[in-house]
Amino acid sequence: MLRWSKILVFLLCLTPLFQLAWRVWNQDLSANPTEFIQHFTGDWTIRLIIATLAVTPLRKLLGLPDLIRFRRMIGLFAFFYGCLHFLTYLWLDKLFDFQAILKDVSRRPFITAGFTALVLMLPLALTSTAGWIRRLGGKRWRRLHLLIYLSAIAGVAHYYWLVKSDIRQPMLYATLVALLLAWRLVSWSIA
Amino acid sequence: MLIHKPADLRYSEITPKSVYLNRRKFLAGIPAAFLGARELLSPCARAQAGVKLPNLVKGPFSTDEKPNSYNDATHYNNFYEFGTNKNQPAENAGKFKTYPWTVSIEGDVARPRKFSIDEIMKLAPLEERVYRHRCVEAWSIVVPWAGYSLSTLLKQVEPTPKARYVAFESYWDLRQMPLARPELAGIAFPYVEGLRLDEAMHPLALLSVGMYGEALPPQDGAPVRLVVPWKYGFKSIKSIVKIRLVASQPPTTWNLANPHEYGFYSNVNPHVDHPRWSQATERRLPSLFQNHPTQMFNGYADQVASLYTGMDLKKYY
Repeated sequence: MLRWSKILVFLLCLTPLFQLAWRVWNQDLSANPTEFIQHFTGDWTIRLIIATLAVTPLRKLLGLPDLIRFRRMIGLFAFFYGCLHFLTYLWLDKLFDFQAILKDVSRRPFITAGFTALVLMLPLALTSTAGWIRRLGGKRWRRLHLLIYLSAIAGVAHYYWLVKSDIRQPMLYATLVALLLAWRLVSWSIA
Repeated sequence: MLIHKPADLRYSEITPKSVYLNRRKFLAGIPAAFLGARELLSPCARAQAGVKLPNLVKGPFSTDEKPNSYNDATHYNNFYEFGTNKNQPAENAGKFKTYPWTVSIEGDVARPRKFSIDEIMKLAPLEERVYRHRCVEAWSIVVPWAGYSLSTLLKQVEPTPKARYVAFESYWDLRQMPLARPELAGIAFPYVEGLRLDEAMHPLALLSVGMYGEALPPQDGAPVRLVVPWKYGFKSIKSIVKIRLVASQPPTTWNLANPHEYGFYSNVNPHVDHPRWSQATERRLPSLFQNHPTQMFNGYADQVASLYTGMDLKKYY
């Protein structure tokens, strides 16, 4: 039962990738395919970060402690889509011109924020294995993984600073992240 | 690398409409074909979207770069009255009523008056001009427009010596444009734009009523729009209903929304970055790569640079 539910969540997390592949195959990516792929992969990165942040509150509120078994996978998929997103920037926008990339990262707040969000996820992805939890010890591991909060905030800021005037979508993500972080603040202060 | 086609190839041969028209769209196009036939009986229907423009003459200033496909130019639009996603105008503007239509010209002019779209279509021979179109978002396309110099229309009303700027206003109607609300789009409506009078009188500034040899489709600003190819795309206001000659610099929509990012002039300039992204390069669609060098005044420096002699373009961005 657990095994099957894990496979199901795995496939669910892969669905956006299949959807994107289908659109590539059908050349259904608009007149600006790069922009389409960037927005698509960026959207799914933020959505999956929000999903990982939602796991703990949902476990408590719904009384479903087993949900924890999906959290690592969802988090790794968020990192995966984040990497795809970053790759389109490195390759299609910047053609691996690292000087131009450094200039961008240092001069443009929305690039700085997006880069920060991804870099913060890197140690979390690397230490996501059972071996690393053991090596670090539960307490230190948990403390390290608080970085996902910063990553989520940076990711939302990245999106907010990117849009020209219609801020509804980034505000929706910002609200969800704020609610999920506020829930933690409240539950810590009660405990 | 751009492969240049021989100049004697017409865009219609390069990107035949039939390539992208699938069967369903072909069937959906049959009513339009009837409209086309009806147009032979009723000259008034000439301004309606998709109708072939007869007697197009080749205009000046055309680039020999390859125009984008009709499908790209009509399904990737910034027209916030019909939604802020670029696929939305094509989906939402289908029923936009662009006939009958009048453009009112007023302000500091000797002969203020209203022009019907039929009068505008007949005011001068319609020229085909293939212009580069550079969006402030750092993508660009090449479009064969149809129209004539804006100066032709402005001369009709005889601007007085007081007139130093031209203010433009787009159509705005929530019944036809339910998404055109500031709380949804993040910009004010109606959309307004402006030019200095000498910019507006420059022959390169085009009053466009068509593209790809046909009347403008609604999502591209039917029935009449501005095309100012040396400025970022948002200066080229769509679906114009009012033109006002004025003494002082008029407000412009994107400048009102974010004065720090969008200036009144908004000339294409690779040396002046948008605060949030570089303007040094662009993505020439449908290319995937952001590697096309952006040219000063979008490549029209020879024609328009003299308009800005002595001006600090970093200050007047």
